[in-house]
Amino acid sequence: MSKYSALALLRGALTGQKHWQPAWRDPEPKKSYDVVIIGGGGHGLSTAYYLAKHHGIRNIAVLEKGWIGGGNTGRNTTIVRSNYRQPALHNFFDFALKLWEGMSDELNFNVMFSTRGALFLGHSDSDMTQLAQRGDALTCDGIDAELLDREQVRRLVLNLDMSRDARFPIHGGLTQRRGGTARHDAVAWGYARAADALGVDVVQNCEVTGFEMAGGRVTGVETSRGRIGAGRTGICVAGNSGPVAGLAGIKLPIEAQTLQAFVTEPVKPMIDTVIMSQSLHCYISQSDKGGIVLGGDPDQFPSYAQRGLAPRIEKAAAEAIALVPALSRLRMVRCWSGTTDMSFDGSPIISALPVDNLYLNGGWCYGGFKATPGSGFAYAQLLATGTSHPLAAPFAFDRFARGATIDEAGVGPWPQLR
Amino acid sequence: MLLISCPHCGERAQVEFTYERTLDSVVTLAMPPEDAMRALYERANPRGLDDELWRHSYGCRQWLLIRRNRTTHAIESVKAR
Ligand SMILES: Cc1cc2nc3c(=O)[nH]c(=O)nc-3n(C[C@H](O)[C@H](O)[C@H](O)COP(=O)(O)OP(=O)(O)OC[C@H]3O[C@@H](n4cnc5c(N)ncnc54)[C@H](O)[C@@H]3O)c2cc1C
Ligand SMILES: [Zn+2]
Repeated sequence: MSKYSALALLRGALTGQKHWQPAWRDPEPKKSYDVVIIGGGGHGLSTAYYLAKHHGIRNIAVLEKGWIGGGNTGRNTTIVRSNYRQPALHNFFDFALKLWEGMSDELNFNVMFSTRGALFLGHSDSDMTQLAQRGDALTCDGIDAELLDREQVRRLVLNLDMSRDARFPIHGGLTQRRGGTARHDAVAWGYARAADALGVDVVQNCEVTGFEMAGGRVTGVETSRGRIGAGRTGICVAGNSGPVAGLAGIKLPIEAQTLQAFVTEPVKPMIDTVIMSQSLHCYISQSDKGGIVLGGDPDQFPSYAQRGLAPRIEKAAAEAIALVPALSRLRMVRCWSGTTDMSFDGSPIISALPVDNLYLNGGWCYGGFKATPGSGFAYAQLLATGTSHPLAAPFAFDRFARGATIDEAGVGPWPQLR
Repeated sequence: MLLISCPHCGERAQVEFTYERTLDSVVTLAMPPEDAMRALYERANPRGLDDELWRHSYGCRQWLLIRRNRTTHAIESVKAR
């Protein structure tokens, strides 16, 4: 792999741009690997990268049933932040955020990580109390959080409806200035290219359809391209965790739900931070191309349809317009959806499973994009050593049986309420 | 959006209904703790048919048993419960 650089570009310009190479190989799967990762999303690819980089394991395959990054990695609203209230969550996501900060350099691939800030609006005294509590929890753990009053919010986001009779009056907000957005496809491509350069086989169009078991342990996978032997196998399939774990006879505390997003026609810069809300469920940001990217609630019943419902879009659009009235003038150009793994406490599972040699990284609900580097880092350690990274240890599979759930929203085993 | 045929009210838009849980995840008082735990936290979560409890929350407020395909959204049956 030749390095991307200004010099290489310049040299290419002088030699007719003939220097470009494929960013990763298209290898035939080998008979067996030390580690097989199922799922070529950002998480699976970053796992492979850190396995090769930090653990000296090079005989690795990432098996992807479609094309890499075609799952939730390429469908999300690209928001990256670490301002969760629960310590287990904010510590994990802040570890990830630090990796985001160096990602483009580390991968030699511009992932366009933009620290434009992530702002939660508060619409009532109780919202502000909750935001202040969250800010305190973050600050105690050394994570940046800034409580803003109404006037500071007005100066930060110029287009908000700040009138006294606004549908959602704005009392203030909590912002994390280190948060922001990133170009989601680039994250998959960057990790794929960097992993490939370390010898990882990124195998596309290869669906895992079963596990080969011997003596209670997984010894390989059956795929649409034949049987592949595996030392350790890591599931990393976002919205498909239930069916894939089901192939090994395991039931998970996860239900699949559809989550949608949509984007407007591109306009000049008008929103230069990520806007979320403590009480509403809509998030607003402006992409680097100019489109206003909007997202809302999941459909709140199990679904693999990858086809969302109009009422969800309507609700998110209505909330967004109430917050930023100027958005009502824009045309929506596209909407899409992804199948998410709604876990029963709203937190991910990064864990060994009750079958030997089989591991799970899933249950990311609607918030796993921001985890991508941290998730890969921690999962790589688990797959390499069989023991959890300390930051991932709270996210063990058996936490439900132990009563040690990590429930940011506090709604219990009801994924439809998340 | 799904069109759900409530046995009490007739055909209504899905936004009137609330998904509650799968039929096999109902917890009863008589259950031993391990079974209750399993009912609360384990799901087959199939890419196909499952039996689900829904409520006609903005209609008759009755509980319904819906057999539904989670990939195609096709509803096989809706029964009163
Ligand atoms: C609309 C939407 C908005 C979102 N917004 C945000 C956000 O703003 N911020 C945030 O942090 N998170 C967000 N998320 C969540 C985030 O996108 C996901 O949690 C994250 O991308 C999951 O990453 P992944 O790599 O595990 O999944 P994916 O990218 O989905 O990768 C899993 C891969 O596994 C493959 N696969 C599945 N089954 C098999 C099989 N049997 N064999 C082989 N391959 C298989 C799939 O094809 C897929 O490519 C959003 C999600 C959606 C849908
Ligand atoms: Zn009814």
